[in-house]
Amino acid sequence: MDIVSLSRLQFALTSMFHFIFVPLTLGLSILVAIFETAYAVKGEDRYLRMTKFWGKLFLINFALGVVTGITMEFQFGMNWAEYSKYVGDIFGAPLAIEATVAFFLESTFIGLWIFTWKKVSKKLHALFIWFVALGTNLSALWILLANAWMQKPVGYILKNGRAEMVDFKALVFNPYGWLKFLHTNSSGWVIASFFVMGISAYHIMKKSELEFFKTSFKFAAIFGLISSIFVVVIGDSNGREVAKYQPTKFAAMESIWETQKGAPFDLIKIPSANEEKNSVEAIKIPKMVSILATHDPNAEVKGLKDFPKEDRPPVLPTFISFRLMVGLGFLFILQSIIAVYLVFKNKLDNNNLFLRIMLYSIPLPYIAAQLGWIVAEVGRQPWIVYGLMRTKDAVSKSVSTEQVFISLILFTLLYGLLGIVDIYLLYKFGKEGPLPEISKAQ
Amino acid sequence: MAYQIIWFILWGVLWAVYFMLDGFDLGVGTLMNFVGKTDGEKRQIINTIGPVWDGNEVWLITAGGATFAAFPTTYAYMFSFLYSALLIILFSLIFRGVAFEFRGKVDNPNWKKFWDISIFFGSAVPALLFGVAFGNIFKGLNIDSQGYHGNLLSLLNPYSLLTGLLFVSLFIVHGALYLSLKTDKDVKERAANFAKKAFYLLLIVAVLFLIFTPFSTKLFDNFIKFKPLFLLIFALVASLLLIQFFLIKKREGMAFIFSSLTIILTVFTGIAGLYPNLIPSSVDPDYSLTIFNSSSSEYTLKIMAIVALIFVPIVIAYQIWVYRVLKGKVTEEEVVNDVHSY
Repeated sequence: MDIVSLSRLQFALTSMFHFIFVPLTLGLSILVAIFETAYAVKGEDRYLRMTKFWGKLFLINFALGVVTGITMEFQFGMNWAEYSKYVGDIFGAPLAIEATVAFFLESTFIGLWIFTWKKVSKKLHALFIWFVALGTNLSALWILLANAWMQKPVGYILKNGRAEMVDFKALVFNPYGWLKFLHTNSSGWVIASFFVMGISAYHIMKKSELEFFKTSFKFAAIFGLISSIFVVVIGDSNGREVAKYQPTKFAAMESIWETQKGAPFDLIKIPSANEEKNSVEAIKIPKMVSILATHDPNAEVKGLKDFPKEDRPPVLPTFISFRLMVGLGFLFILQSIIAVYLVFKNKLDNNNLFLRIMLYSIPLPYIAAQLGWIVAEVGRQPWIVYGLMRTKDAVSKSVSTEQVFISLILFTLLYGLLGIVDIYLLYKFGKEGPLPEISKAQ
Repeated sequence: MAYQIIWFILWGVLWAVYFMLDGFDLGVGTLMNFVGKTDGEKRQIINTIGPVWDGNEVWLITAGGATFAAFPTTYAYMFSFLYSALLIILFSLIFRGVAFEFRGKVDNPNWKKFWDISIFFGSAVPALLFGVAFGNIFKGLNIDSQGYHGNLLSLLNPYSLLTGLLFVSLFIVHGALYLSLKTDKDVKERAANFAKKAFYLLLIVAVLFLIFTPFSTKLFDNFIKFKPLFLLIFALVASLLLIQFFLIKKREGMAFIFSSLTIILTVFTGIAGLYPNLIPSSVDPDYSLTIFNSSSSEYTLKIMAIVALIFVPIVIAYQIWVYRVLKGKVTEEEVVNDVHSY
């Protein structure tokens, strides 16, 4: 493999691994903050126990999110020096702001939150976790504004052999970035909801700590329903932005080869990239793709054949990832509706089938989120900055293929080990359940 | 004043604050296994830095991010030239971070031992390699018209290793002082004694560093050009000696203030000597990366200066507030009886 492929593989590995931990913390921080607020307001012991139990699982993930995040910042310079040099004038700014505005907030207050249970008042302590939740969710904003700029570059001119910022506001208020932010964060909220529902379902089936886990499940089900609807609604707007600004990505997502007006949606479709067509197209919904692209049934949708081959992304992974992600998105809404319905009809305890489904559904929103990133990043190829810089021109010149090869192996081993330990600890503590009457145990 | 100069100073401030803060928790991590004899004592030690190490480490992320935003060409070259060294720092910091979180989660001596070793290497190795990296920057890298020529082994030259040793001994003294302030009983005694002994190592290394610097680097050129800068070095030497002065008087708080000051003055001595370079070329100054030939546009520097001037003081304010909320000693009983501690 050449250095470009190895560097891409390493970036994919490290960012996807990082994004196993981050999205859970986006949502779980909010849920824990809600539990602790309930405790601060009502003073009931069960809310305190919920805060502590889910808080512990949150912290295990948080630590991994933090340490794998350092890799992300370093890698732009380590592996993508030509990219960093070319776009740093505009791309570096949101990264620096992310650290200053968001990382400090979350990491300072998480330390305070862990260590001040007995030092400050209940309400102040609950406020700390809200700061953590705010910092965590805000940190996603800045990195996604940076990523949005790679998808839809704005507010720059080409000068002195690089992209230079001329309009900071355009960068900050890039609608593409805000939609990405809402879509990504709400996907994290879905992950956290399903995580809490899944673990709760396990304990409800075992009839252990019924009251505790039914309450947890209820909060998560409501949060999950809101988030899973939100993520799809925003995803639709997001899709229209893609259709407008990244026509090659949109065409690959839907596997559309010929430019057409009123483009239909085929429920079943198998792309054949070599022949530049789809080998199977079945169950048509007329005009649906045009509607998705612009909300206008007769709009023209560009096909891949309209673009030179060297400007097209890999169709198959983009298409399959997109289809699966969307399918899963609708499944989550359905599951959340059933969950909320069963909770409010008080029929949850004896519905073992549904509880089991929810337990085994824990990985699904994670998979959906990873697929979403494949769509975003593979779909952007061959560009690292859409229309501006190609990925192959972005790698570091002073780093050798051997160096990247070795670092890739080391990352794989290290992250593999961390992944195993993380799953083991989550399994251990998730299964163990909450500590008995924690307020007395202290 | 040109924005490049403002950002150069800010860049120095970010690194100085980073080394002052993470310096003590890297130091504590390095000496944990030597000062803590029992599991309870080790937990006590970890919990002195438990609430703050993460917030301290964000200064590194910010220093990196600021380099990216203000001096993108330097960021790109610094990180790709030092690829292997940074990789080792990264892995060390990753192991260290998760070690704090994971160590106490399973009650098994081998498990704990594994993470104890991780904490040691995860703390000592970054301290050494940050020093090595800065030592190489002070010396200048082998950069010519073809780019950079060097590898991990060429980075491990004697002068840079000496700088690495300077960082390690400085952080150990700094960490031992922090530990003696935040603990009680035996651990406090041992930490204070450790600091006293480690100080002599630091003193020897610092003297060697000052002797070798004019031979291995051009850092003192600026000092000779602008003599008042020598005050920095006098202050540095005075601050260094005051550490031990207060330590012998059993005033660890004052000693800690002077170890903090020593770190800050060390960074600023280096920064003052580097100016206007960020990465000097050891081949020909024409190939050096300076704050002028590697900076962002004036527009970006201006925007980022505004952002930094608003948010950095806010961060400093709440971090100071946090240290005040957490003030007081961490005792072994408290740690062992608290289910939330590490």
